[in-house]
Amino acid sequence: MRVSLTVNGRHRTADDVWEGESLLYVLRERLGLPGSKNACEQGECGSCTVYLDGLPVCACLVAAGQAEGREVRTVEGLAGDGRLDPVQEAFTECGAVQCGFCTPGLIVQAHDLLNRTPRPTDAQIREALAGNLCRCTGYEKILDAVRLAATRKAATP
Amino acid sequence: MTVDFLRPATWAEALEVKAERPGAVPVQGGTDVMVELNFDVHRPDALLDLNRVAALGEWGAEEDGRLRVGAGVTYARLIAELGDRLPGLAQAARTVGSPQIRNRGTVGGNLGAASPAGDGHPPLLAAGAEIEVESAARGVRMIPAEEFYLGVKRSALEPDELIRAFWTRPAGGPQYFSKVGTRNAMVIAVCSFALALHPAERRAGTGIGSAAPTPRRAVAAEEFLAAELDWDTGRLDPGLPRRFGELAAGAASPIDDVRGTATYRRHAVAVLARRTLAWAWHDLWKEG
Repeated sequence: MRVSLTVNGRHRTADDVWEGESLLYVLRERLGLPGSKNACEQGECGSCTVYLDGLPVCACLVAAGQAEGREVRTVEGLAGDGRLDPVQEAFTECGAVQCGFCTPGLIVQAHDLLNRTPRPTDAQIREALAGNLCRCTGYEKILDAVRLAATRKAATP
Repeated sequence: MTVDFLRPATWAEALEVKAERPGAVPVQGGTDVMVELNFDVHRPDALLDLNRVAALGEWGAEEDGRLRVGAGVTYARLIAELGDRLPGLAQAARTVGSPQIRNRGTVGGNLGAASPAGDGHPPLLAAGAEIEVESAARGVRMIPAEEFYLGVKRSALEPDELIRAFWTRPAGGPQYFSKVGTRNAMVIAVCSFALALHPAERRAGTGIGSAAPTPRRAVAAEEFLAAELDWDTGRLDPGLPRRFGELAAGAASPIDDVRGTATYRRHAVAVLARRTLAWAWHDLWKEG
């Protein structure tokens, strides 16, 4: 089947989509957007987190056909004007990226957190990131990065 | 193998499609159905996408005072929009998966999957909720939650029926949900327990999760509370919560599996029941 959707502000169409495949597969294998990572395929790890109509979801659990006509924003769509998003900057500066596999999902999820809760408490950060697994165990640096991004975003008018 | 992707735009159309294709698997948030597809656990001949049926995402108060909550209302919305009116269910919703899962998963999907471990079930049982199901051929049926669960992942839903909504009264007293797992997020319940006090009727409702082939009420424990709680003064005999816990554990019939042993589950259900009673009773009387 054909699936048409908006990805990172651009209208995109994928053909020959198998009816049982996921939005994640469409993004990675059909639309050339490998930023969202494929790890657990069961919603446990958060590596494939993308915005679907403005809400962060696991792309591996969205049926491709359910994304028809909807708006998707992936990690590739966060940077703008030749500049990384403050969350992305903070992750690189704080050493919150080790092997990098969990990073795109964490960045989208942290991005959503800071949009909704600009000055989150540590408990709120932990709660927001509870569904994103990092197996390099870099959680302390990740928390540092989210705190830094929050501070920076708050300082920017 | 091909899978048909069916996308009705309205509820009436969804019922027609389900009548024609009773083997079609309804998919709402996808948090169960897509896992089975991704892992090739089974390959349905059709997926019935319900995301477009806007009516499923609505909720409202009905004439009889009950809330009718569409099967497509997500856990995240349930917490944000109904947390004050359905505190027990909202507590359970907060323990489901992660924020990403709660943005997609629904109570309707929980009911459709009918897993004994589904977090939505115990609070529905404790509150005495009813499940509204419908088919094109026979119209609407209202099924009390306690009659909905028939076996492990089996429910009273007929192949040509779809789940429309659940109906429940806004909480008339304290409600609690408690769950045992290895961490606070992303956990399938080892066991869980829900309690709803109905002080106007001087009785309590209960629901046990993940400690029997189906979610179920602890009926003897409920009768014990109705008879023995001091609804006039709020005095709580120290032995009463313990006895309540024992009766709740007696209603469970757990198994040994990867998440825990039957012995542990029975013990934990007793602890959860005792604790939820202490919390709820305290809430009920703290003002006085």
